[in-house]
Amino acid sequence: MGTRRAKVGVATVIFLSWLGVGYGATSDENIREKVEGQETAILADAPSVPPPLGRRNATKVIVHLEVKEVEGKLSDGVRYTFWTFGGKVPGKFIRIREGDLVEFHLDNHPSSKMPHNIDLHAVTGPGGGAASSFTAPGHSSVFSFKALNPGLYVYHCATAPVAMHVANGMYGLILVEPKGGLPKVDHEFYVMQGDFYTKGKNGEKGLQPFSMEKAIDERPDYVVFNGSTGSLLDDGALQVKAGDTVRLFVGNGGPNMTSSFHVIGEIFDRVWPEGNTSTVTENVATTMIPAGSAAIIDFKVNVPGTYVLVDHSLTRAFNKGALGTMKASGEENKLIYSGKISDEVFLPEGTKIRVAEQAEKKGAVAKTKAERIAMGRAVYATNCAACHQSGGQGIPHAFPPLANSDFLNADKIRAIKVVTGGLQGKVTVNGQDYNGAMPAWSLSDEDIANVLTYVYSSWGNSGKDVLPQEVKANRVKPGAHAAE
Amino acid sequence: MSLFGIGAALVFVSAAGASPPPKSPAEKGMVLLPAGTYPSFYKVKPKSPAGGAVDKTVEPVAVAAFWLDSRPVTNREFRDFVRSVPEWRKSKIKPLFTDGHYLERWRSDLDFAPTGRPDGPVVQVSWYAAEAYCEWKGKSLPTVDQWEYAANDDGRNAEERKRFILEWYGKPNPKTLPAVGRTPKNGFGIYDLQGLVWEWTEDFNGFVQGDESREKGAVDGKFFCGGGSVNAADATDYAAFMRFSFRNSLKGNYAVANLGFRCAKEVVHGP
Repeated sequence: MGTRRAKVGVATVIFLSWLGVGYGATSDENIREKVEGQETAILADAPSVPPPLGRRNATKVIVHLEVKEVEGKLSDGVRYTFWTFGGKVPGKFIRIREGDLVEFHLDNHPSSKMPHNIDLHAVTGPGGGAASSFTAPGHSSVFSFKALNPGLYVYHCATAPVAMHVANGMYGLILVEPKGGLPKVDHEFYVMQGDFYTKGKNGEKGLQPFSMEKAIDERPDYVVFNGSTGSLLDDGALQVKAGDTVRLFVGNGGPNMTSSFHVIGEIFDRVWPEGNTSTVTENVATTMIPAGSAAIIDFKVNVPGTYVLVDHSLTRAFNKGALGTMKASGEENKLIYSGKISDEVFLPEGTKIRVAEQAEKKGAVAKTKAERIAMGRAVYATNCAACHQSGGQGIPHAFPPLANSDFLNADKIRAIKVVTGGLQGKVTVNGQDYNGAMPAWSLSDEDIANVLTYVYSSWGNSGKDVLPQEVKANRVKPGAHAAE
Repeated sequence: MSLFGIGAALVFVSAAGASPPPKSPAEKGMVLLPAGTYPSFYKVKPKSPAGGAVDKTVEPVAVAAFWLDSRPVTNREFRDFVRSVPEWRKSKIKPLFTDGHYLERWRSDLDFAPTGRPDGPVVQVSWYAAEAYCEWKGKSLPTVDQWEYAANDDGRNAEERKRFILEWYGKPNPKTLPAVGRTPKNGFGIYDLQGLVWEWTEDFNGFVQGDESREKGAVDGKFFCGGGSVNAADATDYAAFMRFSFRNSLKGNYAVANLGFRCAKEVVHGP
């Protein structure tokens, strides 16, 4: 008994010291702390973060941040004129230490159409630096501040009309490290959410002007991470290994939406909400990040796979772009997560008859192709439309299109295998890569024949017939079919 | 920018002399705007003899009749000016009147190539140089009130105009600016008040102040965060916010890549 208690005691001490963040100093101590030496801040573009400072003393830090107005990609085929701190959305990540004296240079590029300034929430003083940094195109402003409070803070442009400057992408994060730094982790990433308001509706191609009306009504067309719907998808996915510890610095630039930030398949071991560094909460699934705020989120990735970052206000994730991915490589751990062990038909009535057989016995059977299509439409609406959408257009980066789909039209037998067995892994559809998972469908041969005939007969597809006997002959077990 | 700076500029300008004889403005690309009003961008406190609390309101701002150039000044016109008045060539300009960007993209003193076209608006001119040009023409820069009155166009097509301006904001500056006089002519017969370049005004920074100086003084320097919007007549008029904040970011010696100007002239009443 005694030995066991001793062990627990040691573990607790180790745990607390590992957690050792959040003490920091008081504002008064930071005002008094002597500033020694000078350095130029290393800035980083999302999703990267500048390295931990590891400094024992406060110093004078020189920050150069350049404002540029640049045309860039907001979504596939959708362009937007972003106003940026450093050329990208979000702005450069700035990392300093409490007690530091920051000499801040805001440079407004000569090609800018607008004057700009910066309000750093890490600044103590009226306007957070805004009045002192108001800068015409082709000019540069300098001001300085002492970092009195540790934490993770949003910075943004505060030139009138402020909401428009912010809606165009003028925000970023500044981390004021507490003395002693944050606990060591294997990876640190920078993710920032923002809402965008365009003249055309979501998906409308071409260079889209800002819509003042939609901004005022708080009706965003896009809610995205890191300035574009695809920035954290495909090649942009955050890359880690199973067993790694990960820290996300997540900011929300707004201008309007509060984020319900969540990573599908992960539990945040520790969250420092609202960017504070003194109060940690543990075991959080979804954390709220107000516009103009941030959170520090730590977790250990225990098993490999793809983890999806979302704003859990879900139409933003699945219809407006607030979707990102983190890919963990490594060995599976079946104890922690088994993967799908089996797929059996669930029959509330307790009968042992397979649904498929039941349907074959009792269900209506299509006699003509027209009937097959009509019945298939109903199957589609119930089972498929949620992801592939009612018009078959899918959702960019998440769910491939069935409309005019080269993947679908190439191989009818493969389509049967996909529906019966599910599909996991990378597929290329109409030139776009998708890397998701489709479940196996426990539908009857008749239903599958009908729905596939409906899909093949719709939206510019090849018009192939699929018959129940073909489904029966080509059925595979759930999970048996994988992307080639 | 100090008042001393302006005084110096005005002295300098009048000393520059060599003005052509004044012409009747009607001949030379100007439009006569009738006296009228436009709604103030800021709510103001109406004068109340009783004192006490009164709500701020949007007041019409009265503007007397004046002449205004129908188009911004072009590169060719500005070259003619610096040819006549060498003090304003980029190699000769006094350091006080430039921030270092004055006519920066002109190849030489009298050559606006390669980025400027002859009929394109001249840009990268400081307030001092713009004012000197207008004086040379026997004119002056329009005041903010004159400019806003002309741009308000008696309230015609207000919503369309706001949208047009916001779309212009959403496009990066082209390397070579297009010719003047290509945007839709407004109801007064004036071009390019929106959609081509920003334009200098006489009192852009509120530092040449008239009767309303205290009110103006109260808003100066507050185009940040709430300060700029609390008193705004129409918080949804993003286009106006942009103009006022742009003007507010300037100093008289600034030469900005998308900032040009046009001239105005008072109506002289005959005896």
